[in-house]
Amino acid sequence: MSATATFRIWRGDTAGGRFQDYTTPVAAGMVVLDAVHRIQAEQANDLAVRWNCKAGRCGSCSAEVNGMPKLMCMTRLDELPLERPVTIEPMQAFPIVKDLVTDVSWNFAVKRRIAPFRPRPPDAPDGTWRMAQADVDRVMEFRKCIECFLCQDVCHVLRDHQRHTEFIGPRYFVHAAALEMHPLDVEDRTEALRREHAIGLCNITKCCTKVCPEQITITDNAIIPLKERVADKAYDPIRAILRMLGA
Amino acid sequence: MTRFGATARRDAWWLQPLVVFLGLGAFVVYATWAALQGKHYHFGPYLSPFYSPEVFGDAGRSWFGPEPHWWPAWLPWSPALFILWAPGGFRLTCYYYRGAYYKAFWADPPACAVGEPRARYLGERSFPLILQNAHRYFLYLALPFIGFLSIDVWRALWFPAATGGTTLGIGVGTLVLAMNVVLLGGYTLGCHSLRHLVGGSLDRLAGRPVRSACYTCVGFLNRRHMMWAWMSLGWVAFSDLYVRLCATGVWTDWRIL
Repeated sequence: MSATATFRIWRGDTAGGRFQDYTTPVAAGMVVLDAVHRIQAEQANDLAVRWNCKAGRCGSCSAEVNGMPKLMCMTRLDELPLERPVTIEPMQAFPIVKDLVTDVSWNFAVKRRIAPFRPRPPDAPDGTWRMAQADVDRVMEFRKCIECFLCQDVCHVLRDHQRHTEFIGPRYFVHAAALEMHPLDVEDRTEALRREHAIGLCNITKCCTKVCPEQITITDNAIIPLKERVADKAYDPIRAILRMLGA
Repeated sequence: MTRFGATARRDAWWLQPLVVFLGLGAFVVYATWAALQGKHYHFGPYLSPFYSPEVFGDAGRSWFGPEPHWWPAWLPWSPALFILWAPGGFRLTCYYYRGAYYKAFWADPPACAVGEPRARYLGERSFPLILQNAHRYFLYLALPFIGFLSIDVWRALWFPAATGGTTLGIGVGTLVLAMNVVLLGGYTLGCHSLRHLVGGSLDRLAGRPVRSACYTCVGFLNRRHMMWAWMSLGWVAFSDLYVRLCATGVWTDWRIL
């Protein structure tokens, strides 16, 4: 690994900004966030960057490194070509606050729009439920989400087409799938997924799956099963006839 | 909205959509050409998978006899035209292929985190792409083809005997057709809609051992759906080419047994 590397970091705020180059020493084992911290400490004390755990658990340090949404704390410098400046810029799907920090509060507002968990009546007189481990395992994958919003950032429906008012994005399809497939939950969210959450806008590019730092199979295990459930209710005439017949 | 192709990505992001474009494009061109030939689609006990099952035709195993008299004069006669729309529709509406060809043929987007050419976007909730929801119906049509092609493999084990009748044997073509069934089976039985049908639509599979086992098996194949999709696509075209080149005398079918 070269002794120094140049980082081309986006500096600016809501009024606008530009990329600025910083050259700093690098060493084996460093991640992008280490380099950003060193630049912040030694060259740009006013550089805004959101971070917390430095261990890929909190989902705070999401940014775009060489054009791809990544957690800065989990992106090792030895994975990057350091002979050219490494570009670091804020997530493009969300409004800028300052430098590498974006306003992700839209996501929390979206979460409130999804019908919450509604369990069936308790299975036992003591008010408890019984679930099979295999049924729980299926939704456990979705619980790994750390809400880094990289999937939201890379989704072209939000990133390029800015359909934030009607489309909830892959993170919240994962959330909806975790609730919808839960063995205790009895709420039916399929009509809301079709109309209010616009699942039909997803065209299955699998970019969300590609960038997920928790390796959640977002498209195949969450979005497509939800699309199938929506198709059951809205687009399948045979199912509709069977429902009318009470089958 | 960023301009078309705008990205800070440093990797060869254009390579995957280009490979998909060339791969799917080559298949569509070859399959269309082969389907419109209407001849050289059978050789000895082998029948090209593009022409199976033979609803009408002259390969000696057609369901309803030779070319029907009502076949329109303006349309080239080919038995493949009766059946290819079903597996073709299955692939066209397949969740994997949809994501792949939206990128490769429509640049929607060209690749992850790369700018698109159009500001307008309708997704799959408006006509015509809302019709992709018919995928499950194409699955119902595609599933019997696994059976038809398996019967073709059985028939490909019986070669004409010198004394008349048939004798058990294995040719290279038998193995080609058998591999075709394995790959098409791996692709079709790993379908997302099938996974939903056998168990994915339920929140509780415990206590349903058959559906649970089916869900596990389909899920196992589904994890490599892209691999099965490409391998089966390439092999079904190769199977047709093999039979076609044997039928035209370009290739010799070697008997193994």
